[in-house]
Amino acid sequence: MAFRPLAISTRTGASAAISVVALVFAALAAVASRAEFGSGLGSADWAAIRFTAMQALLSALISTLLAIPVARALARRRFWGRGVLVTLLGAPFILPVIVAVLGLLAVFGRAGWLNAGLSAIGMPTVSIYGLHGVVLAHVFFNLPLATRLLLQAWHTLPAERFRLAAQLNLTPRAVFLSLEWPMLRQIVPGVAALIFVICLTSFAVALTLGGGPRATTIELAIYQAFRFDFDLSRAALLSLVQLGLAGGAAVLALWIIPSVSLGGGRDRPLRRWDARGGWQRIPDILAIGTGAAFLLLPLCAVVWRGLLGLPATPTSVWLAAGTSIGVALTSVVILLALALPLAGWIASARQGGIEGVGLFGLAASPLMIGTGWFILINPVADPFALALPVTALVNALMGLPFVLRILVPPLRDTVQVYGRLSQSLGLQGWPLWRWVILPRLRPQIGFAAGLTGALSMGDLGVIALFADPDRTTLPLQMYRLMGSYQMEAASGAALILLGLSLGIFWAFDKGGRWHADA
Amino acid sequence: MKYLTLAATTFLATSAYADTPELVVYTYDSFVSDWGPGPVIEKAFEETCECDLKFVGMGDGAALLARLKLEGARSDADVVLGLDTSLIAAAKETGLFEPTSVTADYDLPIAWNDDSFVPYDWGYFAFVHGTDLTPPTNFKALADSDLKIVIQDPRSSTPGLGLLMWVKAAYGDDAPAIWEGLADNVVTVTKGWSEAYGLFLEGEADMVLSYTTSPAYHLIAEEDATKSAAAFDEGHYMQIEVVGKLSGSDQPDLADAFMQFMVSDAAQSVLPTTNWMYPAVIPADGLPKGFETLITPEKALLVPNDAVPALREKALAEWLSALSQ
Repeated sequence: MAFRPLAISTRTGASAAISVVALVFAALAAVASRAEFGSGLGSADWAAIRFTAMQALLSALISTLLAIPVARALARRRFWGRGVLVTLLGAPFILPVIVAVLGLLAVFGRAGWLNAGLSAIGMPTVSIYGLHGVVLAHVFFNLPLATRLLLQAWHTLPAERFRLAAQLNLTPRAVFLSLEWPMLRQIVPGVAALIFVICLTSFAVALTLGGGPRATTIELAIYQAFRFDFDLSRAALLSLVQLGLAGGAAVLALWIIPSVSLGGGRDRPLRRWDARGGWQRIPDILAIGTGAAFLLLPLCAVVWRGLLGLPATPTSVWLAAGTSIGVALTSVVILLALALPLAGWIASARQGGIEGVGLFGLAASPLMIGTGWFILINPVADPFALALPVTALVNALMGLPFVLRILVPPLRDTVQVYGRLSQSLGLQGWPLWRWVILPRLRPQIGFAAGLTGALSMGDLGVIALFADPDRTTLPLQMYRLMGSYQMEAASGAALILLGLSLGIFWAFDKGGRWHADA
Repeated sequence: MKYLTLAATTFLATSAYADTPELVVYTYDSFVSDWGPGPVIEKAFEETCECDLKFVGMGDGAALLARLKLEGARSDADVVLGLDTSLIAAAKETGLFEPTSVTADYDLPIAWNDDSFVPYDWGYFAFVHGTDLTPPTNFKALADSDLKIVIQDPRSSTPGLGLLMWVKAAYGDDAPAIWEGLADNVVTVTKGWSEAYGLFLEGEADMVLSYTTSPAYHLIAEEDATKSAAAFDEGHYMQIEVVGKLSGSDQPDLADAFMQFMVSDAAQSVLPTTNWMYPAVIPADGLPKGFETLITPEKALLVPNDAVPALREKALAEWLSALSQ
């Protein structure tokens, strides 16, 4: 029986998927079309591929595993400042790379607080540079993201389940095994795959904290091929490898995910009877405390330096900030237009493999997409005029996999729980979205929009490549300041960037959670 | 009616605008930043040229060249400003540049005889350090010391490539041994100059690869005399930044006028305290106060432009194998 649980149009979803794939592969084809084939991948390239895959794998595993206790503790506890902490979880992820690296070095660097403390008590100092430094930085970027994604999933567990567990007087261990573990099995592989893909395209972080050319990533090799060697065939080949690794990760993760629904509830406010006081608090306090310290100390360094630099920040930074806000909001609109139909399609399909499509936008080197589209646009239009729209589009593409990861699981539940009822009521098309899906997904949509907006604010994207002479974005302006010795003013600009990104994130996220207890 | 007026004004504005010729100059990002020379030079040149000078900033010198190769002959650019001596051979190979008759009485440590590119400023690479340490006097002493340095990756940064050439020019076939000695001094390698300099200012390293002129920035702009550059007795490698005219330019005369302007006093007197490099022609008023405190290397090293590409490939392989151990 060809039973589709919910009449979500596959056509819009499929066209969104096709657009995404087309955007990436058109760029790749454009680069390849200008390449003179001949040079293959050398041994240095293979070393870069191995290093890239290994650091991405370690970063993904460690970020995800550490995120589980932190997210669980946050889901179980209510305390003063929890809301702020949850919002700040979005911060490391949206910081421009160099700012985050300097923040991390203020804590873990040779002259950092950690080593100052160690030498004060007569202990040997530690070096951050090496594979462990790369992983540390990637965990700093991604642990908060993983925590947020898991926390979101925790909140989708129906309140009735916890009430029942409390009535049955289940032990915390039994609650974990019967309620939380099945949920984790559905969420964790996707989160890990996502972080793996993010870390695949790492370049400046890996190089700087890796301590030298040992830490060469594929993205660096692509950069070198585009910039210094102008070897487009090597750039295209390496981009393909990058996409292949991401594709592999996506297939693997989606294959592990069991397709079971956790069942529906009646959206009652969540209460955790199982999270009692006493000694049980200790692991939660430890998890939240350690996670928060790891996250907040480098951020404090960024904020402190930014406050010192703020007076030196020129007006042009504020103009750039305005442009960046525009780009960010445009990205959010493009993203939702792509992500909602796509998520609807994925959620109502029996196989989740289509979600892998979203990863392509993230896995593709921004330099490759930018160059590819430059080659395509240049003969027909003025690339300068299209700098901002293309930047917004590329930023939206980068946000797509996060947003799918956020939207698909609750949407799948909605489909399974409300599908029959909706179908018997004849709901389809816009009314279906309006009355069933959107109200139930509002917190997730808010979170997703906030994350994309913030990500788009902080990303250098392809604007540098298209080089609009009249308008710059805030991250680009910040790099320009640094390039003219204006490190202080750049710190001020970084703080403004951080503030605006968090503001956008907070506004959307809050809007989504308005009157919802999440 | 309101829209009609608006449309009319826009139309008039556009046609008035069209009468003014536009000169498009591609350059690197830091040139067009608020503190860079771009804004001052744009204003000064527009006062004399009756034209609209449009600077387009993109990345660094290498990014400029990559962009030109992508655009080919269709480029809107008339002039490219900011390629350096290590990129000239690759730039000439594109066949996009036009020989020029613009020339000046250069104050460079070497003779300049390129027919397509006009040098506008130059500098020596050097390791910059705090004045509280006694700097080594050559690469061997640096390798023997336990000083920590931060350098740029020659695969993604022009100063990084400059250092590669510096060691190669000074030591030739012994370069690999120098790099092996330096390996334990290198804290880390960064993507570009900004990252490395930022790390150095944060105290992550004792010295950073930059220019002999960097201390002048701290002295003049920040009144901070605590930075100095280490003088190496092997000599210092030079970077000469050049401006060139594209064959496809629709404003060849204006392009020549701009290049001539770049070597005139008006531009040359701006460069030392905005681009923090030496002017290619010392202006009538001399160098700004503070520049006399800088070290002056006894020997200027420079690999001939056309020898750079082959040497780069060899030096890069040596660098990678020495630092990847």
